[in-house]
Amino acid sequence: MTPRTARLPMRAGLALGLVFGAVPVSAQTIAITNATIYPVSGPKVEHGTVLFRDGKISAVGTNVSIPSGATRIDAEGRWVTPGFIQSGTTLGIKLLESGGLTQTAEDSLGGEINAAFNVAEGIDPASLTIPVARLEGITGTVAVPSYGLIRGQGVWFDLVGDRLEDLLVKSPAAMVVDLSETGKSAGGGSRAGSLQKLRRVLRDALEYSRRKEDYRRGQMQPLSASAEDLEALEPVVKGELPVLAFANRRSDIENALRVARDFKLRLIIWGGIEAWQTAGELAAARVPVVVEPLTNVPTFDALSPRLDNATLLRAAGVTTVLAQHDMAHFRDLRQAAGNAVRNGLSWDDALRSVTLAPAEVFGLQDRYGSLEPGKVANLVVWSGDPFEFSSRAEHVFIRGRDVGTESRQTQLRDRYRELPPKF
Amino acid sequence: MPPRCLLRHLIGALAAATPLAFAGLTGCARATTAPAPAPEVSSAERPQYPSTYQRHPSAPVLIRNATLLTAAGPEQKNASILFADGKIMAIGADVAAPPDATVVDGTGKFVTPGIIDTHSHMGVYAAPGSPAESDGNEATNPVTAQVWAEHSFWPQDPQIPLAVAGGITVIQALPGSANLIGGRSATLRLVPARTVQEMKFPGAPYGLKMACGENPKRVYGQRPLGPSTRMGNMAGYRAAFIEAERYRDKWDRWLRDHKGNPPDRDLKLETLAEVLRGHILPHIHCYRADEMAQMIDLSKEFGFKIRSFHHAVEGYKIADVLAREGIAASVWDDWWGFKMEALDGIPENAALLERAGARPIMHSDDPGVIQRLNQEAAKAMYAGRRIGINITREQAIRWITANPAWALGIDSTTGTLERGKAADVVVWSGDPFSVYARAEKVYNDGWLLFDRADTTKQWKTDFNLGTAAPGVGR
Repeated sequence: MTPRTARLPMRAGLALGLVFGAVPVSAQTIAITNATIYPVSGPKVEHGTVLFRDGKISAVGTNVSIPSGATRIDAEGRWVTPGFIQSGTTLGIKLLESGGLTQTAEDSLGGEINAAFNVAEGIDPASLTIPVARLEGITGTVAVPSYGLIRGQGVWFDLVGDRLEDLLVKSPAAMVVDLSETGKSAGGGSRAGSLQKLRRVLRDALEYSRRKEDYRRGQMQPLSASAEDLEALEPVVKGELPVLAFANRRSDIENALRVARDFKLRLIIWGGIEAWQTAGELAAARVPVVVEPLTNVPTFDALSPRLDNATLLRAAGVTTVLAQHDMAHFRDLRQAAGNAVRNGLSWDDALRSVTLAPAEVFGLQDRYGSLEPGKVANLVVWSGDPFEFSSRAEHVFIRGRDVGTESRQTQLRDRYRELPPKF
Repeated sequence: MPPRCLLRHLIGALAAATPLAFAGLTGCARATTAPAPAPEVSSAERPQYPSTYQRHPSAPVLIRNATLLTAAGPEQKNASILFADGKIMAIGADVAAPPDATVVDGTGKFVTPGIIDTHSHMGVYAAPGSPAESDGNEATNPVTAQVWAEHSFWPQDPQIPLAVAGGITVIQALPGSANLIGGRSATLRLVPARTVQEMKFPGAPYGLKMACGENPKRVYGQRPLGPSTRMGNMAGYRAAFIEAERYRDKWDRWLRDHKGNPPDRDLKLETLAEVLRGHILPHIHCYRADEMAQMIDLSKEFGFKIRSFHHAVEGYKIADVLAREGIAASVWDDWWGFKMEALDGIPENAALLERAGARPIMHSDDPGVIQRLNQEAAKAMYAGRRIGINITREQAIRWITANPAWALGIDSTTGTLERGKAADVVVWSGDPFSVYARAEKVYNDGWLLFDRADTTKQWKTDFNLGTAAPGVGR
C-alpha cells in the first residue's frame, strides 16, 4: 500500500468557505423617487422611493425621508427591480466559445474529478462580457466550471469592481457535478459508471473527513481522489455546500435525487429539461431547479423538452430559477424570462426566478435578490416592463454604484453610427 | 393555359434553363394538364431532382378585424384578409366571406406573412444531434460545390414543427460553413412530407453556400492542402472560379449548336458555372466588414452577384457599401463574442443597415432562434429606436418576410400579404414584436399547419411519436 502523502491541503483563502463582505463601492446616498417598485419580497409599490447608501438599501416605500445631500433620481414612474442574477454561466471566466481560443477560457481543468478547482481566480474583472451583461440589467452571476464528472466549484460574484476581492460574493457557491450525457466519459461511457464513480468519491470524502489523522499518518487505503479534492468535498457531504447537478433526462434527475438522499446532500438540479416529468418528487424533496426556458429541441440527453417546463415546476411548488447559459445568449436573460411568461409562468414568478429565487438557492437571500432595507443595493431602473423588448435598463446600480450604460458595443455603435466612421 | 406557364414549357425545353424565370410560376405545377417535370437548373439536359410539392387542399379562410402587417405597405387596423386555393384573394376593411369559408375572429390579433429564414440547418443537422444525422458539412475538401443540401435533408427532423409553431413557412436549408464553397442550398416549404422533393419550393432558384474567415481555415488548417489563412481562403475561391469560367465557356459553346459530343459533366463546376450565369444565388457566411469587402471584389473579378451575406455581424461598418452593392445582410440581433470574428456584433446592426438603405434580414442559423425570429426582429427594431432610428413595425416585419423572400428569389410568390401572393399567413395573439406574443395559427400555402387552440392541428414528425413531450405548442 502506498499511502497518500501526509500533508493536508491548506484551506486556501479564496477557494473555500468564505462569504465576502460585499465591499461597498459607493459611499454615495441615492434616492430613486417616484418609481414603480417591484421589491419581489413584497407587493409592488407605486410612486415609491428606494433609498440606498454605502452600497446597501436603507429604505423602500412611499413614506421615505430622504436625507439632505442625497442624490435624487426622479424615476417618473419607471420600474425598479432588483438586479438580475445569471445562474450557471461562464460570464467573466470565458469570452470566446468557438474557434479554439483557449486564451480567453478559464472554465475548465480537463480532468474528471476536479472538486478542488474553484473558478474564482480565473475571473477577469475586465472581461468584455461584464459591461454587456450589465446593460441587460444583470448585476450578478454564478460562474461555474465546465467539464468533468465533478467539475469543481462555482462562485457568485457581482458585476462590478476592479479586483477579485471587490466583486466576489460567495466562494464556493456550489459544487458542480455533471450527471448528464456529457459526464458519461468519467464512467467509461455509461451513466451508471459515472454514478458509481461519484458515489465512490463521496464515500471517500466522508471517510476522509472522519479519519484525517489516519490519512495524515498514512493509515488509509488508497482513496479515489486527491486529498485536496476530498477536502473540497467535505462541506458537500456535510450538507453545507449545495451540489449543482447538471441533469436533464428524467432518469438522470431521479439519479441525482437518489444520490442526494443517500449522502444527505443539498441538491440543486441544473438544466432540468425533463424536470417537468418529476416535478412532484422535486417539490417533495425541496430540490430547486435551474432551467433555461427556451430549450425545447430534443436531444438524446432529453428527448421530451417542453417550453412550459418552468410553469409546470412552479405549479408543483418547485423553487425555479431561470437562466440563459451559453456565451452567445447570456445577455438574453430577460428575453428568456419573458418567454417563460409567454409560456404560462406568472410574471411575478418570472421576476422572482431571476432575483430572489437564485439568492435563496445559493444561500444569499439575506443579502441579495430583493429590495429590502439591509440588502446590497443591486437594482435596475427600467424604462418599462423589464421582460419586454421595448424596455431598456436606464440605470444599473451595483453595490450602490451607478455602473453606467456603456460597453465596448456602445462604443462601436457610436463610432460607426455615421459612415465613414470617426476613428 | 396562362402565358406564364407556356413560358415554363418553353424554358423547360431549353438547356441551361434559368430558375429565375420560373419564379412566380408555382401555380403552373398544379395545372390540370400536368406538364412533365422540367429541369430546375442545370447545364445538363436531364431532370434535376424536381420538386414534387403539391398544395394541400384547404377551405377558404377569412380572418376578420385584425391588425395586418403586410410587409408591403402601412399597417392596416381592423382589416380582413381572405385566402383560398393557396392564394390571397382580398385584403381590406370590408371583405365578404364565401359560403364555404372558415371565419377567424382576428379581434386584438395581428396577421403577418409567413416568416422566412434564409439560414437554417434543420434537416441537415437534424435533432437529436448525433453523428448519424450530422449531414451538413461535407468537410472532405474546402471546395464542395458539387454537394446539394437537399440530398442530406431529413424531412422527419423534429425541429421542423417547432419552427412552424414559431410562424416559419419557408427556409433555406444550407450546408454548413466548414468549406470555402459548401454546396447548394435548398429552399423548402415547411410542410409534412415523406421526401424533401415534396417540400421543395417550386421555381425557387438554388443558392450556393460559401464561407469566409475562421471556419474553413480552422477545419483545413491542419491538412496538407489548407487553407490555413484568410489569404489561403481567398486563393481557394479564386482557383475554383477560374476553373468554373473555363467549364462554363466550354459548355456554352456546345449549347449554342450542340455540335459533337457534349463536354464531360463535372458536378462541382456545373454548380459554379450556374453561379457565374446568375442562376444560382450566392449566400456567403462572413462576419467581418473587411472580409465582406474582399468577397465583393471576388464577385467582381468573376462577374457574379452576391445575394446575401450571412451573419454579417460587422455589416453596420459597411452599411453604405452593402446598400450600394444591393447585397442583403442576414443577421442576428445580438449574437456576439462566441468567436473572435463575432467580437464586434452590436444589436443596432439591422437598424443601421436599414437606415443606410441596405436590406437587413433576421436569420437564425439555430433551431431555437428560428422559433422566435419575430423576437430577433423586435430586439433589433427597439435597439434602433433607442439610438433615434425610428424603425417602424412595417419595416421590421420585412426583415423576416419580404427581405428574406427577396434573398431567396421567391419574392414574386411569397413574403408579403398582397392579392395574388401565396397564402403564407400567421395569426399572432398580439403585437408580434412583444415577448408575450405567440403564433396562434400558421397557414402554409393555405394549409393550417399549426393551431395553438387545437392539438389535432399540431403536426408531429415521425420522430416525435412515442416520446413524453406533448407536442409543439408547449
